[in-house]
Amino acid sequence: MEVTTPSGVRQVLDGPAIHRALVRIAHEILERNKTLENLAFVGVRSRGVHLAQRIRRALQEIDGGALVPFGVIDITLYRDDLDRGVQTPFVKGTEIPFALEGRRLVLVDDVLFTGRTVRAALDAIIDFGRPEFIQLAVLVDRGHRELPIRADYVGKNLPTSRAERVNVHLAEVDGVDEVVIET
Amino acid sequence: MAFTQRHLLGLEGMSAEAITAILDTAASFKEISERDIKKVPTLRGKTVINLFYESSTRTRTSFEIAAKRLSADTINLSASASSVSKGETLADTARNLEAMRPDALVVRHPLSGACALVARHVTCPIVNAGDGCHEHPTQALLDCLTIREHRGQIAGLTVAVVGDLLHSRVGRSNVHALRALGATVRLVGPPTLLPPEFATMGCDVHTRLEDGVRDADVIMMLRIQRERLGGIFFPSLDEYSHYYCLTEDAVRLARPDVVILHPGPLNRGLEIASSVADGPYSLIMNQVTNGLAVRMAILYMLVARSKAAQLADAPALPAAEPVRGRSGGRA
Repeated sequence: MEVTTPSGVRQVLDGPAIHRALVRIAHEILERNKTLENLAFVGVRSRGVHLAQRIRRALQEIDGGALVPFGVIDITLYRDDLDRGVQTPFVKGTEIPFALEGRRLVLVDDVLFTGRTVRAALDAIIDFGRPEFIQLAVLVDRGHRELPIRADYVGKNLPTSRAERVNVHLAEVDGVDEVVIET
Repeated sequence: MAFTQRHLLGLEGMSAEAITAILDTAASFKEISERDIKKVPTLRGKTVINLFYESSTRTRTSFEIAAKRLSADTINLSASASSVSKGETLADTARNLEAMRPDALVVRHPLSGACALVARHVTCPIVNAGDGCHEHPTQALLDCLTIREHRGQIAGLTVAVVGDLLHSRVGRSNVHALRALGATVRLVGPPTLLPPEFATMGCDVHTRLEDGVRDADVIMMLRIQRERLGGIFFPSLDEYSHYYCLTEDAVRLARPDVVILHPGPLNRGLEIASSVADGPYSLIMNQVTNGLAVRMAILYMLVARSKAAQLADAPALPAAEPVRGRSGGRA
């Protein structure tokens, strides 16, 4: 399944593999939580949003009920490295169109790496209210955590070196579904 | 999306891309003020000083709340309650404030070019909150955001700016921003407050209110600065009002879906009839709400970066020539 191109870009997941991983995560979410009652998804901009949408649709196909509520979180304003950047990142905004009080929340992002994005996302979510709990789903866990954070649902554990780059490409933004490692 | 300016001194020469980046950022910041907890930690540990040499309620409050919603610490200084009243120069005041390591200075001053002068004496970002008759960039940005929200886009719209153009920094900043974004701008006012040179800014110049607002998409009223102008530029306030007050009859000449803006404070019955200011097409309160989002966006874009990046940026826009006319013109 792994294909290496001469440029040092190695594909580690293709489209069907991503789909299977997301459907499995949907099953695991249902298994762990038993019911979709009070459950909601929050996707981290930008690719976490599309992954959250896909898992949500997969859940609906499995369960047959309505789509669970869905929100989008922009963590830019909560980053801890803003004053290290050369240019301020563009803020696209947060939209959480449901009350968080007592909600069972699944936070979705594409890659779990240092854990700093998830830390920022948790702070951002808690500024909106107090969910009953927050679970974390990621397509890829590549290790190298700098904070005590772990994922509840992982599409693929991917051992990497710190210097490598893991890029998730999704059809919605990139025109193709794949996960690649650049060395 | 690129916005790499060290200061916001004015909108003259700013590209449509940079203005759009500010407006997009501001639009995404509006949601923060609708939350139960109206605060994000973005500028935690940063200090913003509001240095106001002119009276202001809306702009100063707006900048202060904007900074606080981003978790910055704010200090407000007014000229009457500071060393200015003891004779300190603007440059000295700025240098002394800079020695306390603020992360931004928001400056309002009665003289055109004052903010550019301050920017030459300090390294921290300067935000122009209105300098004399020169520019009031955040006001024009909030006006553009308000128009864009209601019409989807600004390109192709006809905007009539009515009133004392000669002294209006709001008018000037709006001409730069609206023209950059592709609007057709008409300037409307008595010839004494609208010299023909304004045509060189790429605007149509009208001296009759009825001609200026006919079929306009947007009417932007400017405040008549009663305290300075009475009896000098037109015979009487009553006469000005007779010819230039925006009444419902005048509004009917514009497009049926026209929207009305005014930067405040309102002179009800002088430049704008109460029924118009409070009418269904009035966006005056939306402007105030959007002003907060625009100022949050500006502070974010200028302050939330490394010092090194700020210093490495392209230099600020060149200081504009002092505008003809008298000093002390206000928004």
